[in-house]
Amino acid sequence: MTTRPLQAAAAQRAGLADSATVRMTLLALSAAMMFADLALIFLWAPTEQVMGVVQRIFYFHVPEAWVGFLAFGVVFIASIGYLVTGKRKWDVAGHSAAEIGVLFTTLMLITGSIWAKPVWGVWWTWDPRLTTSLILWLLYVGYLMLRAYAPTPAKAARYSAIMGVIGFIDVPIVYFSVVWWRNIHPELIIGPAAPRDALDPRMLVTLIFSVFTFTVLFVYLLWERMSLRNAEDEVKALRQGE
Amino acid sequence: MRDFLLPIMTIAWKDVLLELRTKDVVTSVLMFALLAMVTFNFAFDPSPAVIALVAPGILWVAFTFAGILGFNRSFTLEKENGSLDGLLLCPVSRDVIYFGKLLGVFTFMLVMEAVLLPFFAVLYNLPVLDLKLLLLAALATLGFAGVGTLFSAMAVNTRSREIMLPVLLLPVASPVVIAAVESTRAILEGAPWGEIGRWWGLLIAFDMIFLIVSSFVFGSTLEE
Amino acid sequence: MTAPAIAVTALTKTFSVRPVLRGLDLAVVPGQRYVLFGGNGSGKTTLLKCIAGLARPDEGAIAIAGLDTRRQGPAARRAIGFAGHDPLLYQDLTGLENLRFYGRMFQVDGLEDRIGAVADQLDASRFLNARVRTLSHGMRKRLSLCRALLHDPPVLLLDEPETGLDEEALALLDRVLAEGAGQRTVLMATHGLERGLAQADAVGILSGGRIAYQAQAKGLDAGAFRQTYHGYLGAAP
Repeated sequence: MTTRPLQAAAAQRAGLADSATVRMTLLALSAAMMFADLALIFLWAPTEQVMGVVQRIFYFHVPEAWVGFLAFGVVFIASIGYLVTGKRKWDVAGHSAAEIGVLFTTLMLITGSIWAKPVWGVWWTWDPRLTTSLILWLLYVGYLMLRAYAPTPAKAARYSAIMGVIGFIDVPIVYFSVVWWRNIHPELIIGPAAPRDALDPRMLVTLIFSVFTFTVLFVYLLWERMSLRNAEDEVKALRQGE
Repeated sequence: MRDFLLPIMTIAWKDVLLELRTKDVVTSVLMFALLAMVTFNFAFDPSPAVIALVAPGILWVAFTFAGILGFNRSFTLEKENGSLDGLLLCPVSRDVIYFGKLLGVFTFMLVMEAVLLPFFAVLYNLPVLDLKLLLLAALATLGFAGVGTLFSAMAVNTRSREIMLPVLLLPVASPVVIAAVESTRAILEGAPWGEIGRWWGLLIAFDMIFLIVSSFVFGSTLEE
Repeated sequence: MTAPAIAVTALTKTFSVRPVLRGLDLAVVPGQRYVLFGGNGSGKTTLLKCIAGLARPDEGAIAIAGLDTRRQGPAARRAIGFAGHDPLLYQDLTGLENLRFYGRMFQVDGLEDRIGAVADQLDASRFLNARVRTLSHGMRKRLSLCRALLHDPPVLLLDEPETGLDEEALALLDRVLAEGAGQRTVLMATHGLERGLAQADAVGILSGGRIAYQAQAKGLDAGAFRQTYHGYLGAAP
């Protein structure tokens, strides 16, 4: 006897299989763009005068930050969708986007640290953007932990949806509080500060292209993760002897 | 109004009665907070200049962690009694249950703070009995308890629930901690109302946003 | 034509990925005592929890006397008394304090008299002032029934009330049910065939996530019904 979620999962799988072309297109597109992006970053964009070659990490760092935030935006919308409708597909989308978001936020924090060490002379400083990023990361690691520790999949879905809403609303409040907090405690910048000269147009083009590339990569990863999650649910249903 | 306020008071009163019976939350939480204040003392040189710098942080870290203990206990009690389901059977909407539980833990935290503040004033030799500071403490506590009530209703059902609540609550409530510490520092330095205005604004905004959102989603944390 | 006291339509409830209830339909007319049989894990408890508002249905609708349990939750819950496996009492409060708490939540008029009346009905008066923690399982079960009956609900949901009740208390429960016959609607889930049949106006068997069989109790052949029931028990997943 087949079950409703199993059928739903199977139907969704079938739907994804039908759109294998979409998936292959996304894969090919993001691969091609990534190669082009690497070429732009390492061959075409000029080396920054003051910071040197380490500045090129910015072409990864900024898109990672963008994708992280985009992913959490998707989590927010999917969470509202789940809380309102209770449909599994919203949970699949929110869960998948949260994992990708945490991955890219982690990369963003690491690349940011690597950049900060030679430029600011420290791995970390409690500047508003860094602090907010760290709290953002903590919020969504909490989201994933909550899922892992929830008693049932249904509760995991509902609890994490609540966290997905609360966390996203919290981000701007965190940002303001941290900005005001840092105004009271001026940050210490050791080493040469980031220059605020006009960006070389090639740098700007590279950065914009990189952001687009990472966005396509995000869409592709989200697609893959969602279909993987559907397959996981299908296996779970089969395991329970249905 | 009768359908809204009366059940809220009834739920909160039931929590107070339970606590008067067992007294286990008040005793353990007060001891914990007191020990935190004493232990922090060893982490730095207790000269007046240093104390002025770190005391507000110590106060709010102690309140924060004591609060987490208290929220956990409040919902563990409900769960051990199997009575969350009993609340769900009542002919009130789910947000009434939320506000009732919130009023219970909020009252409990205020009592705890009222007991701890004099200790703090004596131990660190600071004039903390200031109207501004008390108002601020109430606002910060409300926001913290508002999110804490929602999260402990979820955390109590998870594995390793003791760690789940701080993992969720501390990042979300970080603006409350920052606002409370900074404005406490300003008040202790004798700043006028206006200078701490933005922190008041932040706390009021935080309280309103999260009380409303939490009351909307609270029902789905309880039902199976 | 009046609305059914309990109307369940196309109810689906899934835990994890396995559905417990699959498009279940059930209608209980006002005043009827409907006894629901079913094996362990057949979904009896889940069904009662969905009706009582403790569990959220995935799909389908439930109405109590025409009140939708999702959209008119508080009004629907006011009409329901529920006694399940857990007594749903606070261990560190006395029985009296527990009943007062629930009575206030239900805004019962003349609460103290009402508490006295239900406690007498179930012979619970003598241990009302003891903390629930110190009471035996059977005493808690009686208090739990007091709690369910306190607001004189037109619809009573009982989940295997016979577990943990001694003979004397069972007799009291039977009397309460008999007194309410024709007025109070009762939906009772049970394992016990004989007692269940003796109580019922109508019977149903829950199997495969649906009401697989139902009949009026009057004129029902007990032996044949037993065979039917065991047939479903064997077949049920």
